[in-house]
Amino acid sequence: MDELKRFALEIRIETLNMLSRHGFGHVGGSLSIADALAVLYGKQMRYDPKNPKWEGRDYLVLSKGHCGPALYSALAIKGFFPREELLTINKLGTRLPSHTDKNLTPGIDMTTGSLGQGVSCALGMALGLKVQGKPNLVYAIIGDGEAQEGQVWETMLIAPNKGLDNFIVLLDNNRQQLDGFTNDISSLGDVCKKAEAFGWFVVDVDGHDVAAIDQAIEECKRSDKPGFINLNTIKGKGWPAKEAVLGNHALRGAAFEGVDEALADLRRQLEEMQ
Amino acid sequence: MVKLVKGIIEDIELTRAYNQQLIALARENPKIVDVEADVGNCIFGPEFQKVFPDRYINLGLCEQSLSSVSAGMSAVGLIPFCHTFAVFASRRMCDQNYISVAYAKNNVKIIASAPGISSGENGGTHHACEDIALVRPIPNIVIMDPADSTAMRWAVRKAAETFGVFYIRAERLKGYRVYEEDSEFELGKANVIRNGKDVTLIAEGSLILNNCLKAAEILEKKGISARVVDIFTIKPIDVDTIVRCARETGAIVTAENHSITGGLGSAVAEVLCDNNCVVPMKRIGIPNRFGEVAQPDELLEVMHMTEKDIAEAAETVIAEKKRNEK
Repeated sequence: MDELKRFALEIRIETLNMLSRHGFGHVGGSLSIADALAVLYGKQMRYDPKNPKWEGRDYLVLSKGHCGPALYSALAIKGFFPREELLTINKLGTRLPSHTDKNLTPGIDMTTGSLGQGVSCALGMALGLKVQGKPNLVYAIIGDGEAQEGQVWETMLIAPNKGLDNFIVLLDNNRQQLDGFTNDISSLGDVCKKAEAFGWFVVDVDGHDVAAIDQAIEECKRSDKPGFINLNTIKGKGWPAKEAVLGNHALRGAAFEGVDEALADLRRQLEEMQ
Repeated sequence: MVKLVKGIIEDIELTRAYNQQLIALARENPKIVDVEADVGNCIFGPEFQKVFPDRYINLGLCEQSLSSVSAGMSAVGLIPFCHTFAVFASRRMCDQNYISVAYAKNNVKIIASAPGISSGENGGTHHACEDIALVRPIPNIVIMDPADSTAMRWAVRKAAETFGVFYIRAERLKGYRVYEEDSEFELGKANVIRNGKDVTLIAEGSLILNNCLKAAEILEKKGISARVVDIFTIKPIDVDTIVRCARETGAIVTAENHSITGGLGSAVAEVLCDNNCVVPMKRIGIPNRFGEVAQPDELLEVMHMTEKDIAEAAETVIAEKKRNEK
């Protein structure tokens, strides 16, 4: 588990580094999914960085596509492409656009950017694999703001009806969205109870506890229902000044003030673990 | 080469021709799946389901998902033919078609049944007057409105064989046969189905193509020689044929089962403008208004899309051409 914790720290460092150097990016939601990504790419998912299109791989759809930077960090750390390439984020001609694009980036399985669609595409992938009798698993990460989209709830309805036990949705429930706190805008209410009522196998975990996330995925894999993991997370996690505060959705220019200290602190934590 | 048949009424609907062809192709290719959102019965979906129960996926009423789920199925190697009524396949699925399907470069075939005013009695809510206008700006998409069952069978085979996004309009009515069964079409190539020298009538889809042929006969009685073209693919559009017809006949009337804004008429006008061959032109189609309940043939009258309207438009553009020549 220490290895997963280190991996999560590295994802946060790479994410903050690339976005602050570029001067713009979706910092808050990228930082809140670092631990889930560490568990997926550090332990749970089957993949081959030298052969991203390997047929035996598990699939991940980052439905909250604007948090691509965190996923790019995980992929680069695992060797899908050189780590230096992370610094090309959002530069003209880059393979790393702000929202994930399967036609540009090695290791990205679905193009996302219009919220609500990615998880629906992931459902199609799980369904398509079932139709072909293939054993691969499909994971999707959605945001709590994103879960206000009607299309998400179409997926919530369809997946259990189609018996998709090869499908695991992780909700990055960081309680914030672009305009503010989710509960102030349109609360998801008891999302676990809702998912359960739709027929999902539901696990409610601390989204920054890699052991708990790992355990939750194991339980979902054993279930004969589609899995729904409610990750209780903090938007901006890892940069204390930006944690759970208004305006941490996307940062630009001067809003990155203090990032060097935050990065130094994260690097120190990483060294202490090594 | 296409071979022409003299207008006989078809014994099957275009949607049935579609379904029969899809079943035939699915026998050859195990990757083909039929994805529906509850209105599969309207295009004989259960026939496909009978043969391939595991490859007939009915998601229920959820058009947004219909598009995105099909994109996901494509991403794991399948060839989804997803179907709903044209109103939903365009308006309701617009962003999903754009992002999940086209932008993501997925291999999805969108089948849009009951295009234009052809769902008559279902009224204005069900008339897809603007689907082509909504779909046409999407890069690399192929848009077809097959004029008869032969063209439909060819279109479906071509879509299955070609990686990429196809939007195929599928008329639910029985139309007129235009092409012999062994006709060979070309993607992006319009077909001249009647020769003429004074004016060109360019049509899309089965509902109105026959009205163009009837209009040509009306005109012939008045000593006017009208050429009739079935555009076949609205995108990519056949620039060469349109430019040649404009230069050779000097006047154009477009006729479409669609709003005159953003559809075939607009596409043809764009071609004329871009190629320095602007000629007198009129657009026949659904004017700037909503639909209403009626039989399709009544609606053709109400919307001024009959053979008489087309013939009148042809005489107007010919008169303008003559005025310009003076």
